[in-house]
Amino acid sequence: MKIHEYQAKAILARYGVPTPRGEVAFTKEEARAAAERLRSPVVVVKAQIHAGGRGKGGGVKLARSVDEAADLAGRLLGMKLVTHQTGPEGRIVKRLLIEEGLDIKRELYLGVLLDRAAALPVFMASAAGGMEIEEVAKDRPEAILREHVHPGVGLQAYQARKLAFGLGLGAESLAAAVPFFQSLYRAYVESDASLVEINPCIVTGDGRLVALDAKMTFDDNALYRHKDIVELRDLNEEDPLEIAASKYGLNYIKLDGTVGCMVNGAGLAMATMDIIKLSGGAPANFLDVGGGANADQIKNAFKILTSDSSVRAVFINIFGGILRCDVLATGVVEAARELSLKLPVVVRMEGTNVEEGKRIIQESGLGFTVAEGMKDGAQKVVAIAGGAR
Amino acid sequence: MSILVDQNSRVLVQGFTGREGTFHATQMIEYGTNVVGGVTPGKGGTKHLERPVFNTVADAVKATGANVSLIFVPPPFAADAILEAADAALPLAVCITEGIPAMDMTRVWNVIRGGRTRLIGPNCPGIISPGKCKIGIMPGRIHKQGNVGLVSRSGTLTYEAVGQLTALGLGQSTAIGIGGDPIIGTTFLDAIQLFNADPETHAIVLIGEIGGNAEEIAAAYIKEHVKKPVVGFIAGQTAPPGRRMGHAGAIISGGQGTAKDKYAAMAAAGISTVQSPAQIGATLALRLKP
Repeated sequence: MKIHEYQAKAILARYGVPTPRGEVAFTKEEARAAAERLRSPVVVVKAQIHAGGRGKGGGVKLARSVDEAADLAGRLLGMKLVTHQTGPEGRIVKRLLIEEGLDIKRELYLGVLLDRAAALPVFMASAAGGMEIEEVAKDRPEAILREHVHPGVGLQAYQARKLAFGLGLGAESLAAAVPFFQSLYRAYVESDASLVEINPCIVTGDGRLVALDAKMTFDDNALYRHKDIVELRDLNEEDPLEIAASKYGLNYIKLDGTVGCMVNGAGLAMATMDIIKLSGGAPANFLDVGGGANADQIKNAFKILTSDSSVRAVFINIFGGILRCDVLATGVVEAARELSLKLPVVVRMEGTNVEEGKRIIQESGLGFTVAEGMKDGAQKVVAIAGGAR
Repeated sequence: MSILVDQNSRVLVQGFTGREGTFHATQMIEYGTNVVGGVTPGKGGTKHLERPVFNTVADAVKATGANVSLIFVPPPFAADAILEAADAALPLAVCITEGIPAMDMTRVWNVIRGGRTRLIGPNCPGIISPGKCKIGIMPGRIHKQGNVGLVSRSGTLTYEAVGQLTALGLGQSTAIGIGGDPIIGTTFLDAIQLFNADPETHAIVLIGEIGGNAEEIAAAYIKEHVKKPVVGFIAGQTAPPGRRMGHAGAIISGGQGTAKDKYAAMAAAGISTVQSPAQIGATLALRLKP
């Protein structure tokens, strides 16, 4: 799960990470009031969307007065912000962060995430702050410092010192850097984040370290123990169909093709997308109905698929293990009848009780196409839905 | 032969009396797996599926001589269950549970790594040596005893590949689902090393997916050490970057973990790469032709 910058900063501040003074604003008036309260010679107005590259996209502005801040806020709110991460459709700006401007001497990069291969959290730091860290990693991997952290003991002071000296921070910044880095690591662990990123972390003219930007994403599997974080979810930032699917407990990701896919299991669902593409078509979505899907879930899955107006045909690809093919077929037939489904459907089933499942589909009178194997199914559905746009 | 599990496996089920545990233990018993008992704290001393139930894994191991534990415990309690299996020094623990927090697994793994217990999973279908024993949730009847070793991060996609092999008359020595999470106990590399050392495994199928670099690590090993034919497929060739594709571990992040990179590593290692998931069985059949 993603959250906004201002929300991430609030969480980090609770752990003792220094952040600029600032407030969230939903309207121009709130922005003006917030700028007034800051009493800062320079005010930064930052668009809050769940995507990076906001500065380059024109979503971060500097104001020299309260009036200018209010004026900029008025222009940013409601604006369609396009960055390299939003795609061409962009995002509508609905929230702003109004912050004090700070005197920036240096920009650093700090990040904590899971190193899968090492099976350990890794604290990353680089003197090349304010840039795309992926680019730095590609072009100058030696410019990124890494400290693996044992989860039993957490980030040790000597590790924080190693990083600080590696970043070229002088002795005068050390007293600030060590608790800063340790607080950041604790925030990562205790909130079950999958990523905490400060880019940039600045060194101010008077030697302070401040998190000028903040990004946090959270492990969905751990949200059950973080009710406060779940409340930070902003539905405006998500696809409406994905929101609906998540309410039904379905694993759904909207894509831009024309073949609606209903599959059991994440691996098979990805492989189904791949074979549709190989057959000359384009998948409209990823959808994993799970291993133990019941008739209700099948119906909900159909509802989601068919409310996507770009879907021209549906491909059901099921390998029945726990989920028996006859149960699935019954669910599919009932759902199609109840929803008066108009779209063409190609069904490919294999596994437990497959013959019975196929019979139920064929005798339903719904005119579904029954395929033999994944390849046959993919070719048949692409023939109906047409090729990729 | 086979790897890790066979007719001598004595299986304990943690979460035995729950809905999932009951259903799958029944299926396993029908398949012929020697399920010796189960653990449900507080129900020790009772019987379930005509087998003894114990309060602790240690009690169960002492009484039954179990050498494998299969874990069906819900996510908030699964880390504890894995640690309990490791504490009882079981040689093998298979964790089916999906949805364990990554931080929990990070802690668990750093306690048990290098210890006496091998972990398979979590978030996996389990392991089967056809004709000998099935420890997990896979449908037993699609398998056939034979000489192909199969290792995969997925569940149903593994069944798909097994189904293709069986339809072509190619039986399996062992099929192992290592799980779709970012931190798992047994990796591709571990499984490939075991298959390589198993004289009854004549060929290997590797089914990866986007995310991480475990496929690349296995490919580097295969290049140096494996003479047996290997066929590889990667799911998620069309997956958008930055999105988690169902499995917690299936995500392309910062340009890392793409199907393209994994295919390139596999091809460089002499693995027969398959672009279409429908061609996994047929490609292996071709490699096995004299």
